[in-house]
Amino acid sequence: MVLEATLRGIRLVGDRTLRIVERIGATVAFLVMTLVHSATSFRRFDLVIREIFFAGVQSLIIILVSGLFVGMVLGLQGHETLQNYGSEQSVGVLVALSLVRELGPVVAALLFASRAGSAITAEIGLMKATEQLSAMEMMAINPIARVVAPRFWGGVISMPLLAMLFSAMGIIGGFLVAVVLIGVDDGAFWSQMQAAVDFRHDIVNGIIKSLVFGVAVSAIATFEGYEAPPTAEGVSGATTRTVVSSSLAILALDLVLTAFMLKGWN
Amino acid sequence: MTNLVEISNLNFGYGSRLVLKGINLAVPKGSLVAIMGLSGCGKTTLLRLIGGQLRARDGTVTVAGQRLNDMSQGELYALRRRLGMLFQFGALFTDLSVYDNVAFQMREHTQLPESVIRDLTLMKLNAVGLRGVQSLMPSEMSGGMARRVALARATALDPELILYDEPFAGLDPISLGVIGQLIRRLNDALGATSVLVTHDVQESLKIVDYVYFVSEGVIVAQGTPDQIRASTLPFVHQFIWGEADGPMPFHYPARTMSDDLGMREA
Repeated sequence: MVLEATLRGIRLVGDRTLRIVERIGATVAFLVMTLVHSATSFRRFDLVIREIFFAGVQSLIIILVSGLFVGMVLGLQGHETLQNYGSEQSVGVLVALSLVRELGPVVAALLFASRAGSAITAEIGLMKATEQLSAMEMMAINPIARVVAPRFWGGVISMPLLAMLFSAMGIIGGFLVAVVLIGVDDGAFWSQMQAAVDFRHDIVNGIIKSLVFGVAVSAIATFEGYEAPPTAEGVSGATTRTVVSSSLAILALDLVLTAFMLKGWN
Repeated sequence: MTNLVEISNLNFGYGSRLVLKGINLAVPKGSLVAIMGLSGCGKTTLLRLIGGQLRARDGTVTVAGQRLNDMSQGELYALRRRLGMLFQFGALFTDLSVYDNVAFQMREHTQLPESVIRDLTLMKLNAVGLRGVQSLMPSEMSGGMARRVALARATALDPELILYDEPFAGLDPISLGVIGQLIRRLNDALGATSVLVTHDVQESLKIVDYVYFVSEGVIVAQGTPDQIRASTLPFVHQFIWGEADGPMPFHYPARTMSDDLGMREA
């Protein structure tokens, strides 16, 4: 009896693991197919610009406001902790490094997945459910080239820009709290930040992270939309899967990238 | 008269379930042929096989002298440039205006200057009586109007073969008559060939040249509209006159009523 239950449990875990691995494999295969059919997106860049508007520009409000609040909280928490060591003048460094290295790329990507990723999935899923993708195929137009690739590249290009804006707003938020509200010396705030933040190791690494997150979120969002069952439940399930899978992918990739970046790529 | 579409000895199924069995069908050039049958009888599958959305493994499907069974995607797309398809609910691109929907294929497949595309698009819209709605979005139109716009889009590049998937579904009697007349008129004006999948008997018999009746995956009857109307075959009679019971029983196969209600003979 116990043995049977244990075997059933192992089978269940194995089955779920296999399905997850299959899903990851299918997403990567879809990503490769998207890259192969990306020529149209670069030949007619207006298609990508339109998607940058929908995915990037329309995500600005949530990114900017969230960045401001995150920076403010970092300013408060940083000042609170640093003053115990008499280093409250270094609060600018703490805010900037936290944002540029980690919170900027990660939180912006999580917000992007919820705001733009889910919208991309829902849009492609509904296009499939209403036979718009089939109509395109019947017109001898490849939907991956015409619908998926521009959305994918729109997301990939938007993501680092949004992450940078998130970090910039966060630093302004930290400044408002630490300097304007609490009274930390503004010269120390900016000069220490300037001295401690390294362009190559902090800013470029942050941009690399957000680019990778952009690829992951855009690939997952387009894949889930394209593979969504053409029903109301199918599209809603795909939208949920986009947010969940993207969030997990962002956090897992962040761990891997951070490990490589701290250790060095060699 | 040569045939534009030829299907011979076609068997097709999903998994182990055979949907079409031993289909032989020919559509002569310039004709308007209807494929009729009950919902789920396999007629839309047949249309998808003609359009190359599904591939036959057993039997052959030939369109414009080309065998579809083992065509590459490039060859299939080249053939599809000579086809037009009207989907059940129009499948208009919801992010494009009526004008842009009709101009879509011209922009994608030709190098025509925008001024020429404009003239052609307005002519196509005029042919379906909707030049006046060119700036509307698909969501701002009734189902009948959307179907007419979709018809203009399907004929945008003057196709040799036009496929219609349930063009009358969900239309009011006036829109239904208008769509029926447009299908006939456009077929003759363009010198095209049309295949119409429908279960709307009365409207179809007014406009088509020949009818194939499909039931449970088999062609059970065929003939001109007059032959069909005069048919004494029980299935055709039941279908044409919409009788509730006949060869297609009212009751889905089930256990006996007394078994289901738990009434046993003493």
